[in-house]
Amino acid sequence: MLTAIILCPLIAALLLCLVPRSFVVVMRVVAIVATFISMVLAIIVFWRYDGAAMGLSGFRFEQQVDWVKSLGISYHVGVDGLNVGLILMGAVVAFAAACCGWEIRERDNERQKEFCILLLIMSGGILGAFASLDLFFFYFAHELALIPTFIMIGVWGRGPDKNYATFQITLYLSVGAFISLIGLIALYLQSGAKTFDIVGLIAHVKQHPIPLRDQNFIFPLLLFGFGILISLWPFHTWAPLGYGSAPAPTAMLHAGVLKKFGLYGLIRIALPLLPEAAQSWTNVIAWLCLGNIFYCGLVAMRQKNLNWLIGYSSVAHMGFVFLGIASLSLIGITGAVLVMIAHGFLAALTFGLSGYLYQTTGTLEMDRMGGLLRKLPFLGTALIMAMFAGCGLPGFANFTGEVTVFFGAWKQFPLVTGIAVWSALVIGAVYMLRAIRNIFHGPVPEQLMAVAESTWPLRKLPYLVLLVSLLVFGFFPRLLTDKITPSAKKIIEMANTPSATPVARVETGQVVSVP
Amino acid sequence: MNYSSMMLEVAVVVLGLGLLLADLWTPIEKKRNLGYGAAIALALVLIWSFQWKPVEDSLQSMYVLDGLALFFKRLFLVSAIVVLIMSVEFAARMEAGISEFYALILFALAGMMFSASANDFSLLFVSVELITVTFYVLTSFQRNRLASLEAGVKYLIFGALSSAFMVYGIALVFGTAGKMNFAGIAAMAPQLAGNKIFLLGILLILVGLGFKIAAFPVQMWAPDVYQGSPTPATAFLAVGSKAAGFVLLLRVLFTAVPEVAAHWTTLLIVISIITVLYGNLCALPQRNLKRLLGYSSIANAGYLLMGVAALNDSGKSAILYYLGGYVFTLLAAFTVICVVMREVEGEDISALAGLNQRSPLLAAALSMSMVSLAGLPPLAGFFGKFLLLKAVTEQGPVNSAYYWLAAVLVIGAVISLYYYLGVVRAIYWSKNPPKATSICVSWPVQIALYGCIIGMLYLGLFPNRVVESANRAVAALERPGPMTAVAHASGESR
Repeated sequence: MLTAIILCPLIAALLLCLVPRSFVVVMRVVAIVATFISMVLAIIVFWRYDGAAMGLSGFRFEQQVDWVKSLGISYHVGVDGLNVGLILMGAVVAFAAACCGWEIRERDNERQKEFCILLLIMSGGILGAFASLDLFFFYFAHELALIPTFIMIGVWGRGPDKNYATFQITLYLSVGAFISLIGLIALYLQSGAKTFDIVGLIAHVKQHPIPLRDQNFIFPLLLFGFGILISLWPFHTWAPLGYGSAPAPTAMLHAGVLKKFGLYGLIRIALPLLPEAAQSWTNVIAWLCLGNIFYCGLVAMRQKNLNWLIGYSSVAHMGFVFLGIASLSLIGITGAVLVMIAHGFLAALTFGLSGYLYQTTGTLEMDRMGGLLRKLPFLGTALIMAMFAGCGLPGFANFTGEVTVFFGAWKQFPLVTGIAVWSALVIGAVYMLRAIRNIFHGPVPEQLMAVAESTWPLRKLPYLVLLVSLLVFGFFPRLLTDKITPSAKKIIEMANTPSATPVARVETGQVVSVP
Repeated sequence: MNYSSMMLEVAVVVLGLGLLLADLWTPIEKKRNLGYGAAIALALVLIWSFQWKPVEDSLQSMYVLDGLALFFKRLFLVSAIVVLIMSVEFAARMEAGISEFYALILFALAGMMFSASANDFSLLFVSVELITVTFYVLTSFQRNRLASLEAGVKYLIFGALSSAFMVYGIALVFGTAGKMNFAGIAAMAPQLAGNKIFLLGILLILVGLGFKIAAFPVQMWAPDVYQGSPTPATAFLAVGSKAAGFVLLLRVLFTAVPEVAAHWTTLLIVISIITVLYGNLCALPQRNLKRLLGYSSIANAGYLLMGVAALNDSGKSAILYYLGGYVFTLLAAFTVICVVMREVEGEDISALAGLNQRSPLLAAALSMSMVSLAGLPPLAGFFGKFLLLKAVTEQGPVNSAYYWLAAVLVIGAVISLYYYLGVVRAIYWSKNPPKATSICVSWPVQIALYGCIIGMLYLGLFPNRVVESANRAVAALERPGPMTAVAHASGESR
């Protein structure tokens, strides 16, 4: 099942290599259909996942095939409460991004083929990274998704700083990825488990905890390696520029889904395997996250370009997840996962809409726009709703997540939480509402008098899908929390009580398939 | 000495001599096709080589046929086959004597195959000379091109110098140890470890081998020679000659003088760091594709040296795996260069503009090889770098300098993204591609390219078998003794 979700886009990418480049429509349809199938399968997995009835190792839909036996690498996928929601979110965003591909079609019909292929590889890689239960494949799939990002920004990016943005994002993210790779390899070596399998590693570490000295060495590697990928302050500078220059589908997939890879890695790998080091680093994480929430919020207030504003606000939102992780409490971690999912939908929605706006008006400078709500009613409404979700209005999934994070973190970090709440509510509201006023209210500038929305209903589809997801999980957060909490509990237990209690070793090395 | 174990080399030499004879009776317009015949014959030898089992009882002799030797022999045979196909494609650009060119490639191949089995300093020197002397001719084969002559002269001067170093070193080692055999020297190592003259001898030998693999500080020749030589010669130099240098380095360091190697970790670490950084930084501004690959080959020598410097089994098997991937990757790149640059003199990267419209196969092969060199998944280069990184990090707790080594590997890989992806960018996304005239690719070249692509993908996606055979091959490097011999006999299945 999971394998099908991952392979669907990748096989479609392979098929597209064989299609002649003049068949533009075929490529678009193949891309949309492939991601649609992935999305439907992901919804089925999400629906059938039941937090209570777990398989042998606590994962469902497991599948394991040996890959490199001498190194203990295997292809191992499975879901639990932590990643089932992320896979659903990733698949939905991939579908929406594939639907938004028309931005490219109108600008660059010739190279539609390469764009579709890269987008599909990226989607498959992202879904693979979240489904993977093997350290090596976890990294492998992420890297598979990361490289197309660079190429897409470099080739189809927009704006005058395109080349510099490509250069910067490539440099930052490659360095971050490699640092985390060193961390993962060191983790594999120091644990002594001789396996890259996450389940096997956790079982091994439960009995033989990694020495504190090694933990204190590996944890910063993972924290800062992943931190660069997540745009942790002060390593965030690539994000606004990169997203500002990226084509909309790329920005949607990267900001929405791929960036969560690092956070997921911290929760899934770093917390349970390096518990003592994680505890000693929580203070640092908590204060660094203020850099994201508070500082980047302030910077976002000064932005004149809509994409930069969204970029900074997405950096700011990452702070909430970090705060949830730093709390090391059940509520905090649950909230962090909620925010990850909610922000995935939100970031994809805002970047998709800003791409649409750019395409209709030809600019994203906010002082050159105004009164567009009358001209573009659907786009305007959707963007205003997205902005409200971004300020944390109840009813949207973000509210639930952020509030849960604050509840979880209050006990450990009252001061940090206080500042975070204030900056989330006040600063967030200021820049979001100002952006709405500048773009959608007031007089319409002369050069924008002629703009109009496309009448083709399909163009609204991706935004509707994302908005509906935000609202569904906003009104029924239990759909997620019921699944997340049992799994988060396990992580928290490992992170807080690093004991040497013997636990039944999970048999690895055989194909386990739980329906 | 048991000559029957040398039949693979004998077959190659006989093939080379037969080719020279066949040249006498072949009409001039058919001569270029002799290359295909030689490639097919080598393919048969390659298939035959899989019938061979490692022989374990020959550790005291000068020629060994263990798992390591067989692994490298197959590697050399694969590269020679592709290089021969490439040479047929290149034949039109040679003044005369194309069959001699084929024969020289075969003789160089024989030298490489001997070097894979060298267990004695005299065989080491003879095989290295056999490789180097044939390459003096191969690099300067285009007599009417000044660049080719220049490359030949440079290679001659540097090669002669390093041979002199090596033979002087061998003399010093023989003078102090009284033995040429690696196993014999290893047995005497405790007495010799403190002997300065012996150490100087080993150092000079390493300088000579460093020349073959283009490691700092004897890397200067690589870019010029790569740029000037005929493309098939460059390809063989980059793939075969480098791999031969590494198998000899592994044998000398880990069979003959393991104690010295353990003492010289700092030296090895420093050299590999400088080599990686030098190669990568100098490659950044290059516009000539072959020159760029010359610098990239220096950088790759540095990565491979990291595997040597790690001094552990995973480092050695990482080297073998990396070289396996490197062979396919570089052969694909050079084959494409050989075909595309037929009309263009400069071999400038800009000549690749619009290649994807002129020939999708060539474009795909070249970009895949660049992606693999840059170390990106899912191709062979990624897993090779991963194994090296793992081997180096494994030694971190022993000596923290290894963490610096890992950091340099990472920095080098990030720098190299820029120039490798620059080539991909030139292929697919040039600003104003010239008028597209499609390139016709002959079917042997197509087979070679598909073979290389499949090799890169297979090694990247299913590394299991190669990693395991590399592990087995590396086990052969252990100190000769009855224990290891038993382990090999049970561990070998291929």
